[in-house]
Amino acid sequence: MLDKADEQIFNGSVRLVHAVGMHARPAVKLTKLAKRFQAHISVRVAGAPDWINAKSVAKIMAMRAAHGSTIEIKASGSDAEAAVEALVNLIATDFSDEAS
Amino acid sequence: MQGGANGLAYRGRTASIGFAHGPFVRVDADAGGERVAGNLAEEALALRAAIETASGQIADLAGVAGGEAAQILEFQVALLDDEDFIETIFASIGEGNAADVAWRSALDAQIADYNSAEDEYLKARSSDLADLRDRVINVLRGGAGLPLKVPGGAIVCADDLPPSRFLEIDWSDGGGLALLRGSPTSHVAMLARARGIPMVVQLGAIPHAGTMALLDGEGATLELDPSGEQLRLFEKRREMHRKSRASARAILRRPTAFWRGERIKLLINIQRVEDLDHADAQYADGIGLMRTEFLLSERGGLPDEETQFRAYDAVMRWAGPRPVTIRTFDAGGDKPVAGFTIEGEANPFLGLRGLRLCLARPEIFAVQLRALARAAVRGNLKVMFPMVTSADELEAGRKLFADIVQRLRAEGIAAMLPELGIMVEVPAAALAIATFKAAFFSIGSNDLAQYVLACDRSNGALAPLMDPLHPAVLELIARTAEHGRRAGPSVSLCGDMASDPRCVPALLNCGLRELSVNAAALAQIKQTIDRLSSGGALG
Repeated sequence: MLDKADEQIFNGSVRLVHAVGMHARPAVKLTKLAKRFQAHISVRVAGAPDWINAKSVAKIMAMRAAHGSTIEIKASGSDAEAAVEALVNLIATDFSDEAS
Repeated sequence: MQGGANGLAYRGRTASIGFAHGPFVRVDADAGGERVAGNLAEEALALRAAIETASGQIADLAGVAGGEAAQILEFQVALLDDEDFIETIFASIGEGNAADVAWRSALDAQIADYNSAEDEYLKARSSDLADLRDRVINVLRGGAGLPLKVPGGAIVCADDLPPSRFLEIDWSDGGGLALLRGSPTSHVAMLARARGIPMVVQLGAIPHAGTMALLDGEGATLELDPSGEQLRLFEKRREMHRKSRASARAILRRPTAFWRGERIKLLINIQRVEDLDHADAQYADGIGLMRTEFLLSERGGLPDEETQFRAYDAVMRWAGPRPVTIRTFDAGGDKPVAGFTIEGEANPFLGLRGLRLCLARPEIFAVQLRALARAAVRGNLKVMFPMVTSADELEAGRKLFADIVQRLRAEGIAAMLPELGIMVEVPAAALAIATFKAAFFSIGSNDLAQYVLACDRSNGALAPLMDPLHPAVLELIARTAEHGRRAGPSVSLCGDMASDPRCVPALLNCGLRELSVNAAALAQIKQTIDRLSSGGALG
């Protein structure tokens, strides 16, 4: 798990289009999806000082990302690239069931 | 009262008549409210297990509730599954805090954070967190998770007992209930009477432990480790009680009760389907009140349509052509239901309860209405809404019900809209009775008296004021009966008054000709009417 390939960090950013922002339902979907990946995944509202664990629903809720804000995602680990892509897709498609 | 060389004896107040002789079992007042913390490892394990249990309970609830309720519950499950969040709580246990203390302070911090949000949506989530907090704490205290371990036929002694705890105890071998506080008008007393379990309340302090106990629900006494003489006297009183009941039961077999030449219909109240097993139930003219809250206390969360339909259908089959009145969920007030009722109401008796709650939670109400609409085709079903204040509520319920019948038929499922009526328990409804387009009325005298007299019926200190024969209560009963006679809808009374021989003359004088009583009281009430009819004194 500690070979060089896992060290590479993948990034993504996406606009939060959900009408009420990052609330219970979106937060649950996002963390559930993130947990499907081995990668260590962090998110933040663009410009925020701290990155937070995308697998913690409590922290995602506490992030209080509002409608229209930009979410930055970074991931490292074996399936990091796929993880970033999946999360970007989920947020971009407004947390549709197909994307989760 | 103390019995000299005899075993110790205590006197309280009667809540349910009957006699029980069995092992004496003290049940902790507050479901193990004072939790004893173990060492660090034990506390961590206890929390781990409690989280798992709670998570399973919520997942079950979510599965049944569906829709938005399920999504909200899913958030609770996700939080229990959040390692970052849970880790901080285990860290707190590692610092020497008890599992419940650590859990509570973590959740309280989250709740405070959500409450401080500008965002109304986030603020609203704090009540979900409070629900989750209390659920896990209950499990930690051994409350919700584990049923009470009480041997069959035991005399259960507690400070007070909430209805849900009463229902967890297996009463199939008899037994009795002795409460140090409590009230004869409480919900749990009602349950005890319906099940024929003797119950004595307000016994005061009982500092002594005992092995065996005698509970006399008539004389309102509890005797611990009785002497041979005490036992002999107890058996004599029990035998006298049995004989007087036997003569009352002989009357059951006689045809319908009459009073001043008018037929008096005697129906029964049931709390659950098994109540129909009572030997006297068969003599009833029908079911005047089937409560449905028992469906909400089953394990595995809110009941699905099939579970409900099976229960309603079983009762319809039992009744044959006789009428069956089923009351929709009367949750709220002193009957909280996790995942359904509103938590933290300052005054739940005046809050979102009965039909008010059902109309506010249409996704849960719809499941019950679907099951009822299907049961309606099986016989003479009437459906009654509880806690109705205005005619608009009845009409809102009727519209929901009619839509559901239409949808079922569109799906090709046999269904019909049954006769709809209301409980008369809110004084406003009794005073404006003519505004309701109901097929029938059933007077819920317990709540009606509580609201008219402004007396909490579970507060023992108010017992002397809590008089259902108060002229104001009787006035409202008489007006409702009078409206029925003039306008046509049938009027019955299904509260405790109907099962109390002392109240029956007043009810008949108010103009009521239909009473719904506990199966255990059917014989005595029929005997009472018989005696009144033949001009005799009350027995």
